[in-house]
Amino acid sequence: MFSEYTTEELQNIFMMQGFSGLSLFSVLLLMGLGLALIFGQMGVINMAHGEFMALGAYTVYFCSTLTEQYAPAFGPYYFICAIGIAFLVCALVGALVEFLMIRHLYHRPLDTLLATWGLSLIMQQTYRSLFGAREVTPTLPEWLMGSFNLKEGLDIPINGVFVLCLALLVTLVMILFMYKSKFGLRLRATVQNRKMSSAVGINTGKVDRLAFSLGCGIAGIAGAAFTTIGSTGPDSGSRYIVDAFLVVVFGGAANMLGCVASAFGIAQAQSILEFFLEGTKGKVATLLVIVIALMFRPQGLFPSKVRGH
Amino acid sequence: MIRTTPSSLSRLGHAALAVALLAAGSLQAAPPPTSEVNTTGLAVTDTTVTVGQLHSATGTMAISETGSIQAEQLAIDQINAAGGVLGRQIKVIKEDGASDWPTFAEKAKKLLVSDKVGTVFGCWTSASRKAVLPVFEKENGMLYYPTFYEGLEQSKNVIYTGQEATQQILAGIDWIAKEKKAKTFYLVGSDYIWPRTSMKIARKHIENVLKGTVVGEEFYALGSTSFGSLINKIKLKKPDVIYAAVVGGSNVSFYKQLAAAGINGTKQTLLTISVTEDEVLGIGGENLAGFYSAMKYFQSLDNPNNKEFVAAFKAKYGAASVIGDVTQAGYLGPWLWKAAVEKAGSFDIDKIVAASPDLELKTAPEGYVKLHPNHHLWSKLRIGQWQKNGQAKVLYESELIEPNPFPKGYQ
Repeated sequence: MFSEYTTEELQNIFMMQGFSGLSLFSVLLLMGLGLALIFGQMGVINMAHGEFMALGAYTVYFCSTLTEQYAPAFGPYYFICAIGIAFLVCALVGALVEFLMIRHLYHRPLDTLLATWGLSLIMQQTYRSLFGAREVTPTLPEWLMGSFNLKEGLDIPINGVFVLCLALLVTLVMILFMYKSKFGLRLRATVQNRKMSSAVGINTGKVDRLAFSLGCGIAGIAGAAFTTIGSTGPDSGSRYIVDAFLVVVFGGAANMLGCVASAFGIAQAQSILEFFLEGTKGKVATLLVIVIALMFRPQGLFPSKVRGH
Repeated sequence: MIRTTPSSLSRLGHAALAVALLAAGSLQAAPPPTSEVNTTGLAVTDTTVTVGQLHSATGTMAISETGSIQAEQLAIDQINAAGGVLGRQIKVIKEDGASDWPTFAEKAKKLLVSDKVGTVFGCWTSASRKAVLPVFEKENGMLYYPTFYEGLEQSKNVIYTGQEATQQILAGIDWIAKEKKAKTFYLVGSDYIWPRTSMKIARKHIENVLKGTVVGEEFYALGSTSFGSLINKIKLKKPDVIYAAVVGGSNVSFYKQLAAAGINGTKQTLLTISVTEDEVLGIGGENLAGFYSAMKYFQSLDNPNNKEFVAAFKAKYGAASVIGDVTQAGYLGPWLWKAAVEKAGSFDIDKIVAASPDLELKTAPEGYVKLHPNHHLWSKLRIGQWQKNGQAKVLYESELIEPNPFPKGYQ
């Protein structure tokens, strides 16, 4: 299929194709990160994870509307602040949800599935009542639109680069946080042996709440970032949740690096297959590859080596 | 009611006055008795007639169906304010199909069997219509369906107020091929029956009639948000025209990513059959500016009917509301039903069906429409070019096109 093109054209296409794989990777990574913390570390099956992403996206939309109305001059910069606000809003709501609901269910993992699914329905209906059934898009600052035109025929979308950088930054901060900070140490200790951690003086209830709200906050950042590539509706969350679980399960639930590797693998496979097959067939082929891989490695790419609690 | 007639009736002015008075008299006269206009036990009383409205107010499709719900309600309010149908005020029972096709069938049955409604305005996706069709045919109900759709269907019990595929596709492709001297086309759609059937028709027309080439045809799952690979392939093949039928949330991602990849209205011709003012709200006018849509209605249409309609819609639902093709088609439903009932002089379904062929509506916002015996509307096809402000500039208007839901040579 390539015989009729010049080498230069092909080079450009391969570079752009590589980049589109990378930007899909960053999307999947952002989706999976928060869930890897909540599902992977805490063992809570959070079906409302997608709704927290939607909450982040709606926060950005809300900020955008406010900025347009009261401080149009702030337009070019509001987006960065909005991402921070989305993180805070989602983390706060997450902490509240943990306090009211999740903490009563830690010993009943299957019940968290049902309870958080109920929560997701409540959140969806709340969005519908507050923001209406139609999909909304925040006004994005000019600098996020368009593409870097590296040379004729080679365009790299700016929003893709932005999401990629954001995903890498969040991953880096999270890995540092998990493995270099006191809180990370306490969290890992709690995951490995809750009773023992409690005995040595770790307030496990507080650790749980912080971890859950951190996971929700990261979902908020993901949702905020997705406003640059898609729209937001009351049930956007249910579009994200499948991919998010796919990344986490395929990566091996308890491992941050597994999450990164699985997001990368799925993204590249899908992007390449879509190029040579077509949209739907590419997706089907990707899922087939994942199913076969999971048949041989049911624990995921990087199975957790720690003892369960 | 008999009025005193002036003795000098022979004079022209007085004759006109008399006619006016007589007309006024007949308005005040009691409406025809219920036993006459309702022989099959529908929910019609001496003062009211009950109809059903069946759309998704919740779930994925709520985004799209909201406009139809609003437009139908507006038409019903206007009809009631003008005296109702055969002197009866319209009462509405609203049911929520919840974007779930079996629910649609259940609710349709409830409306027809327990509520005995006179007619139903509703459905949006083809899947929901296919789900309720057997119910309407079995219970002999009436459905006014507003969405442009793939055709290949005709039922005694359904009036299709949107366009079927050939009305929307053929004239649009002809225009773009002539205007842009287009020879190569890249077809892109969401993966379900409407885009698949539409693209099949488009491909046959491009290859057999226009002698052009289809350089790519792709379908993406509903809800897909990553189009990077597709966009790269488009860049590689450099088609004269991208022909798109991407729907729902995918739409927004598709156009945003096209814009981000440097494919915009100044560099690339793109014609879509799935973007109306409703979708533009989500996509953002700046991402679409310069691209074309083929529809029968645009909010910016410049005619007195439409100006009145847009003003009434905005007065009811707020100045920021927009009106898309399907919303306008939804608005036609109650008016077409009223016209059919009045022509038949009865609410009976069979009499409405008998009165429907060749029914005309001169007050439609899209302009004059006429109902074909095959229950679809004769309508015009228009090409609009999207502007940054989210409105379309209408560049082309066809003659009235005959609906042809079973096109020969296109299947």
